[in-house]
Amino acid sequence: MRPSGTFPREWGKVVTGYFLRRVLQGLISIVGASIVIFFISRLSGDPIVLLLPTEAPPALIEQVRQEMGLNEPVWKQYLIFAGKALGGDFGKSYRWQAPALELVLDRLPATIGLALAALAFSILLAVPFGVLSAVYRGSLIDTLGKGFAMLGQAMPNFWVGLLLVLIFAIHLDVLPAYGTGSAAHVLMPAIALGWYPVAAQTRIVRSAMLDVLDSDYIRMGRAVGASERVLVWKYALRNAAIPLVTILGVYFAAMLGGAFVVETVFAWPGVGRTVVEAVFSRDFPVVQVGVLLTSILFVTSNLLVDLSYGFIDPRIRYDR
Amino acid sequence: MSRQALLRVENLRTHLFLKRGVLKAVDGVSLHVDEGETLGLVGESGSGKSMTSLSIMRLLPKQSGRIVDGNVWLDGTDLTSLPEDEMARDWRGRRVSMVSQDPMTSLNPVFTVGDQVGAPFRYHKLAQGARAVRDAVVKVLSRVRIPSPEKRLDNYPHQFSGGMRQRVVSAMAIACAPRLLIADEPTSNLDVTIQVQMIELFRELQRDSGLGIILITHDLGVAASICDRIAVMYAGRIVEVGDVRTMYRAAAHPYTQALLNSIPHLGQRKRRLYAIAGQPPSLIDPPVGCRFAPRCPRRTAKCDADYPPQVELAPGHVTACWHPGPGAVA
Ligand SMILES: Nc1ncnc2c1ncn2[C@@H]1O[C@H](COP(=O)(O)OP(=O)(O)O)[C@@H](O)[C@H]1O
Ligand code: SF4
Ligand SMILES: [Mg+2]
Repeated sequence: MRPSGTFPREWGKVVTGYFLRRVLQGLISIVGASIVIFFISRLSGDPIVLLLPTEAPPALIEQVRQEMGLNEPVWKQYLIFAGKALGGDFGKSYRWQAPALELVLDRLPATIGLALAALAFSILLAVPFGVLSAVYRGSLIDTLGKGFAMLGQAMPNFWVGLLLVLIFAIHLDVLPAYGTGSAAHVLMPAIALGWYPVAAQTRIVRSAMLDVLDSDYIRMGRAVGASERVLVWKYALRNAAIPLVTILGVYFAAMLGGAFVVETVFAWPGVGRTVVEAVFSRDFPVVQVGVLLTSILFVTSNLLVDLSYGFIDPRIRYDR
Repeated sequence: MSRQALLRVENLRTHLFLKRGVLKAVDGVSLHVDEGETLGLVGESGSGKSMTSLSIMRLLPKQSGRIVDGNVWLDGTDLTSLPEDEMARDWRGRRVSMVSQDPMTSLNPVFTVGDQVGAPFRYHKLAQGARAVRDAVVKVLSRVRIPSPEKRLDNYPHQFSGGMRQRVVSAMAIACAPRLLIADEPTSNLDVTIQVQMIELFRELQRDSGLGIILITHDLGVAASICDRIAVMYAGRIVEVGDVRTMYRAAAHPYTQALLNSIPHLGQRKRRLYAIAGQPPSLIDPPVGCRFAPRCPRRTAKCDADYPPQVELAPGHVTACWHPGPGAVA
């Protein structure tokens, strides 16, 4: 169907060109994000006010200001920041007096772990919901699945988080209310974060499944004696998963974004909570690194997902 | 006539329950196919050929399609009365199989050809274990003349040309040596040389195995080159059946004659298949009389009043027309 089989060379070039373009776009978004966050964080107020005691003498304030480069015009501050950042120096945390990059990098695995767990939770629900509601369209399972998914979409994630804590930590006392350390700890934050996209993902799987079940190749499978079970869960599912996989990067990004709030609710020691705290203490270097790293994650996760299509859809496998 | 037919379809009625009404896609079709025989089912697009074959396979659109009357006897079993799981387990792919018209969309793009052609062997437990299935697949792919099949097993459908893909689909269909193969316009999306090759292939398969074939086509030329008998379908009904020679020399129904006249003659470039003036009637609200009447040059008052009964003009040559006979329709 696509020229991939017939013209491997040309197709290879097309793919390479596409990726170069995507990488370039990614770099532009990262620079854009760094500019936006640099200026916006400075609108939140003067960090000196929080760093020094209120009764500090004006001379001291002026001296610290000078040392931190806060007297320069903002655009000049940005250029200094960007120049150093390119060399890997993101400055020291005002508050902790430690390199901001290290502070944030320390927290990165926890955030990625949480986002992945949330994503896994949403897919684990959305795929069976989507498949079953397509196979039994209009049935009770279709309606219930839709209802459950919509509920997740209707409630903000911090609210879901608080509700879960109330039920499972306080009333039933079966799950820890906050912190890390075990699989049980990640359960509630992952649900709070991952419930939201279930509705959209279910819709994607359901409508793709409806199309696929109507296709000639599925009919051909039936014509040679396939059982419904094999047809749906082996053959149709892989086709129906393609549109979901294509936008998984977007959902991962959304999970990273949502993590900022959920991490705070569950005292999850990730980038999100660190950045939120840094915002409150006007710890600009930490905010900047945090947001920058998150946007780099956004961009790479999208690229990785692009690369991964080839694994499920051989028509766009890149080596031929 | 003493032979027991392989397939006997009796008075089949299939309705599609649509929002705009009940569409009588197949409206009282009877036909039979003997062992080793090829029956051509010919008619304009929309006449109900595919719905007839899907009824036999019991693969009608789930939401809307239903067989409302009639029987489909295959090897002495009425397929219309079988539960769905039995139909899948013992019949589809095993005794009756299907090749549909589009080789580009009949194969799953994300599974290898080896996996897909191997599927019927696994479903019907005719080969156990990966090794045995692989061997069986290689064998059936070479039967349909795929060059170096053992190298192509792990390829995906998009790596095959249209003609080769249709061979793969055929391999899938005949993998478990069915008794009846329904080929729904298997060549209409292929170019002429490949059409010829496909037809040769079907002939070969038949010679080896006594396979009965229903070849659905709107191309009388293709039908003539491969079929033993031809059934002409119009607006959900069979209007004339006979062996190929009779249909060519002594077609008695005005619609068959019109179809024959639209075959391009030697030296004549233009195809005139769609040159029969007028439109087929609505199948939701079909006329009571002859369905071809509005387009028929021999139409009389009787034609409008009542549907014509079947008349046997010669042994095996049957038509439904009030005024059958040779006629200059062109
Ligand atoms: N899925 C469907 N939904 C609604 N109507 C259909 C569907 N499939 C076929 N039909 C209608 O049923 C009639 C018979 O169609 P079909 O059997 O496909 O004709 P043929 O194969 O001879 O071209 C036509 O009027 C067609 O419009
Ligand atoms: S019955 Fe009448 S209208 Fe119908 S085909 Fe025969 S002659 Fe024509
Ligand atoms: Mg058709």
